[in-house]
Amino acid sequence: MQHTRNQDTLVGLFVAAGIAGLFFLAMHVSNLSSFSDEDSYIVTAKFENSGGLKVKSPVSAAGVKIGKVTSITFDPKTYKSVVELSINSKYNTLPDDTTASVFTAGLLGEQYVNLEPGGSDTYLKKGGEIEITQSAIILEKAIGQFLFKSAAEEKK
Amino acid sequence: MMDFIEGLGSSTRTSFNKLGRATFFLGQTVSGIMSVLLRPGLLLKQLYSVGVMSFLIITISGLFVGMVLGLQGYYTLSDFGAEETLGVMVAASLVRELGPVVSALLFAGRAGSALTAEIGLMKATEQLSGMEMMAIDPVKRIITPRFLAGLISMPLLAGLFSAVGIIGGQIVGSGLLGVDEGAYWSQMQASIDFYDDIVNGVIKSIVFGFVASWIALFEGYDAIPTSEGVSRATTRTVVNSAFSILGLDFILTALMFGDH
Amino acid sequence: MNNRISDQDSLVSVRDLTFSRGNKKIFDDISLDFQRGKVTAIMGPSGTGKTTMLKLIGGQLFPDKGTVLVDGQNVHQLRRADLYTLRKRLGMLFQSGALLTDMSVFDNVAFPLREHTQLPESMIRTLVLMKLQAVGLRGASQLMPNELSGGMARRVALARAIALDPMMIMYDEPFTGQDPISMGVLVHLIKSLNTILGLTSIIVSHDVHDTMAIADYIYVLSGGKIVGQGSPKEIQESDSEWVQQFMTGAADGPVHFHYPAKDYVDDLMSSGKRY
Repeated sequence: MQHTRNQDTLVGLFVAAGIAGLFFLAMHVSNLSSFSDEDSYIVTAKFENSGGLKVKSPVSAAGVKIGKVTSITFDPKTYKSVVELSINSKYNTLPDDTTASVFTAGLLGEQYVNLEPGGSDTYLKKGGEIEITQSAIILEKAIGQFLFKSAAEEKK
Repeated sequence: MMDFIEGLGSSTRTSFNKLGRATFFLGQTVSGIMSVLLRPGLLLKQLYSVGVMSFLIITISGLFVGMVLGLQGYYTLSDFGAEETLGVMVAASLVRELGPVVSALLFAGRAGSALTAEIGLMKATEQLSGMEMMAIDPVKRIITPRFLAGLISMPLLAGLFSAVGIIGGQIVGSGLLGVDEGAYWSQMQASIDFYDDIVNGVIKSIVFGFVASWIALFEGYDAIPTSEGVSRATTRTVVNSAFSILGLDFILTALMFGDH
Repeated sequence: MNNRISDQDSLVSVRDLTFSRGNKKIFDDISLDFQRGKVTAIMGPSGTGKTTMLKLIGGQLFPDKGTVLVDGQNVHQLRRADLYTLRKRLGMLFQSGALLTDMSVFDNVAFPLREHTQLPESMIRTLVLMKLQAVGLRGASQLMPNELSGGMARRVALARAIALDPMMIMYDEPFTGQDPISMGVLVHLIKSLNTILGLTSIIVSHDVHDTMAIADYIYVLSGGKIVGQGSPKEIQESDSEWVQQFMTGAADGPVHFHYPAKDYVDDLMSSGKRY
């Protein structure tokens, strides 16, 4: 029976190692440990153009990730992009005159929403709206404008 | 030309015939699950030969795959000054693709071929027939425990593969090449989603485990009971498992990661 | 052939059985009876489907036509559960022994007991040792099947076949490839088990000498038909040319030495192209 007991131990170790591996993936590799959806609140921001922003793009303030984008829809009345931001409840002291801008991380990095707190005393509440927004910089548009401008200057 | 059409027809018929037998076999196998769960000893023994025996090859391969990813990822990312995202690259490739796929391929080669050979030889030496004559259903007694063991082992092995690989990537990335360790982990945690990446990866590996075990056991059970027949069946197991795993991976990836 | 066994004393009766594999008819409308408590042998050259007959009796194969009654039950109309219940009362000794290679001799013999009964381990041990003692291999109980000689493996398989105290044992070529001593041991065992346990035995064999020694009744099959039947003595005295060739082992006779082929000279002179 020694044989079977040895075998049991090894199977036990194998299963434990496998579960530890999965647990490691869940807690240490993924965002499961950082925050879950329950302890967060949602605010919306309307952008002229949300560029390459995607659902799950990060929302950060002063370079720290504090939430993520949960939905992006087109408002047919205002012709704006309505972006829902889910922000961790820990950060519930953002002023209501916070500016939201769509930035790009690095030259080729993904786009994210940057929040720049203003000076107001009242805080953004659950379901609130960020009114001051700055759209994504569309590279083609910027280059086009630049070329147009320099061409115009040359003519003078 | 007519020969070709006729050949096509007859091979279609035989493949459908085989598919039918395989499906019937799967039904029989699955119907035995309850009785196996009542006798955990049988399952444990198979977890040993299917899971524990694949443990070493999986962890070592995982480590090396992770280290190679770390190295290659670093060379590519440093061109763009984006070494910090090395962790994301390593983890995403492992958790979504390489973990489930490579570990399933290794599983098919290591455990699957062994299962086919074992079952095929049991058939060739009349052990299965003998069991039937002793009024013991060989599918329930022999096949189902092995099937369940494959089903349970696969996600565990894939998880191990990815975990070890991510650590291997970190060893190379921050240990040898100087990527900031904090950035390696924090960027990873920020980008890898539990449900979208980890859970989908686990689902993939369960599907692969299901298919690889099914193919291995069926090929063994369906083998022509001669030494040549068993060796052909073993080859078929590895080839068919590889095709099915890679094909299914494409379909699953399209379904899981397609919408964003 | 005046002493046809009446239906009442036969444990197994095969009626009008036809079985074919592909286009080849293995059995062509034959009927056999196996009497209770007797040793009945099915003989014939290799490839006459002797093993197939055992598989038909055990319900592993289905006939094209005809019935097989075992202890009054039609094997091929039983539901799976009933068939399994019936099989518990049938032992079968395979040509290779069919021992489970990943278990010791002891566990092999204990296997049917553990699978089918809820007996405590101590009682299983006693039973297994008794069965192994009966075949003279109690001392080998801890060996693995790959450590056994062919004859020993068959004896272990025999111990396993009688583990559940069956009413009948089917022996598939029990003497093939055995040295004279193992052969003698097996002949002795089959005979004594039959008398001591009151078993019914069916032996499939092409070994004329030893089968004659232990069988009470013999069927000789060839080409899907019964070509001779009767007690060993009747068979020996049979005037059928065919039976005589089989018994004496003559190279040529009704069974030709040559596999059917086209004319020898024509074949040699032809181009050798595949046709």
